[in-house]
Amino acid sequence: MTTTFLTHVRSQLALHKLRAGRGRPLLILHGLGEHSPSLAPPITKGWPGPVLALDFTGHGDSSLPAGGGYTCEALMSDADAVIAEVGPVTVLGYGLGAYVGLLLYGSRPREIRGLVIADGPGFDGGGGRPTSPKLLHVPSNEAANGTPDPWALAELASDTRPPDYAAEHVRQVATLANMDEAIAVVSIGRPEWLEAAMKSTVVFESDIAAALSLFGAA
Amino acid sequence: MPSEIETIRAALPQAQRPDRTRRVDVGGIELSVVEWGDKKNQPLLLAHGGFDFAGTFDILAPLLAKAGFRAVAWDQRGHGDSDLAALYTWEADIRDAAMVLASLDSTDPVPVLGHSKGGGMMDQLAEVAPHRISAVINLDGIPNERGFGQKIDRTDVTALDAELAAWLDHRRRAGNSNRRADTLQGLAERRRVMNPRLSVEWLQYLVTVGAQEDTDGWRWKIDPTLRFGPSGAWSPQWAIPRLRGLHVPFLGVVGTVEEEMGWATSPDEALPILPDGAEFHALAETGHFVHIERPEDVAEIVIDFLERAP
Repeated sequence: MTTTFLTHVRSQLALHKLRAGRGRPLLILHGLGEHSPSLAPPITKGWPGPVLALDFTGHGDSSLPAGGGYTCEALMSDADAVIAEVGPVTVLGYGLGAYVGLLLYGSRPREIRGLVIADGPGFDGGGGRPTSPKLLHVPSNEAANGTPDPWALAELASDTRPPDYAAEHVRQVATLANMDEAIAVVSIGRPEWLEAAMKSTVVFESDIAAALSLFGAA
Repeated sequence: MPSEIETIRAALPQAQRPDRTRRVDVGGIELSVVEWGDKKNQPLLLAHGGFDFAGTFDILAPLLAKAGFRAVAWDQRGHGDSDLAALYTWEADIRDAAMVLASLDSTDPVPVLGHSKGGGMMDQLAEVAPHRISAVINLDGIPNERGFGQKIDRTDVTALDAELAAWLDHRRRAGNSNRRADTLQGLAERRRVMNPRLSVEWLQYLVTVGAQEDTDGWRWKIDPTLRFGPSGAWSPQWAIPRLRGLHVPFLGVVGTVEEEMGWATSPDEALPILPDGAEFHALAETGHFVHIERPEDVAEIVIDFLERAP
């Protein structure tokens, strides 16, 4: 594994190359509180191109910001920094990384060739609709102990992920990505945002190997 | 011979810089907190609007201090003299406000006032800390279902595509970007495009507070990585029903002249969504910055309301 650090806004993002290859990279986005794998997962064996993995801000080897303030949109921007660096990718997202991948796909529909949505930590966030607002609290001694940032764990486990917001991003993919099958759902979990996304004809159920085979040929 | 700053500030004698400044740590980020009035007086927390800074209260706050309040404002993270942050979110701004509130060391609930974004923040602060807030005053920050003035039509695929890409493009450049340098007068003129109703004297005064003079000219202190929109999943419908649920005395003051930076919520839109018993004033011939255009009137309304609040 080799690691490159991307300077993005005020973060230093760790981008790991888990396996070399030729062609479009596969980008793995990890779940909440997780970090990139140190080896290319066996399930990616058939992927012809390089296999990359990004540590989101406040996770793994990426930098730890002060004072929290995490949003899925900020993490989407982290993943977009990878596209700026390596060009178009296919995304394999776990949990939080799957939701972030969906937002990114809807925002960069021409620069992603297929998204695989897999189970993982932080899949649901705080649910599909806002609840009573609250003040989150993280003891100051915990916030200085390195990644994963406890602010990320607190904030990204309670953010609202409305079904219509997810559906809006899928509509962008369906209209602009020029792919009949663009988003493969391999998860057991079906948070509200995913149920809404699955109403689109470009979203389909699959398994990781089959989805990567399809997207690798796209 | 007076400096350029002294000359500009002398042209606006009713504006007064704070009596005290201090810093409050909010988890590794330092916020600049400023105060007008005797420390022993009744505290009144003031929250500025988005892309503004505490100095926008330099006319209203002295009037409140003169009436016997300890008026306390702060620069939100990334704004004014507070530290820049790596991440920004509404929830973190509310948390920061609660930390500033806690720094007042008041054992009794405190009234809060906010302009524009700050008004919405104070609405939510009263929800998350209901026993620490005694009254909410919202200056032209009452939402409406039409959304904020600059909102795009998210059902338009092409428009949304452009907006989402523009936001990400901005983030790609943001780490190396800086606010554009200009003359002091040039910065004031640029702000005048956004706030055409504010006087040249006031806009130039604002530059002396909210901007800094670098070797190549003046530039706003606000974090260059900040940019309007997209606001993520948030929609006004999240806030509107909650407003009625506030359990503290509520005063709403709106301008009636629509401006780019405001919600432009009409009295017909505002009145049905306010909490029971709320007091409401719509100021004729007044734009979004009600406390800057009509400081004496707003101070009188605020002081009268707080004197009657339980």
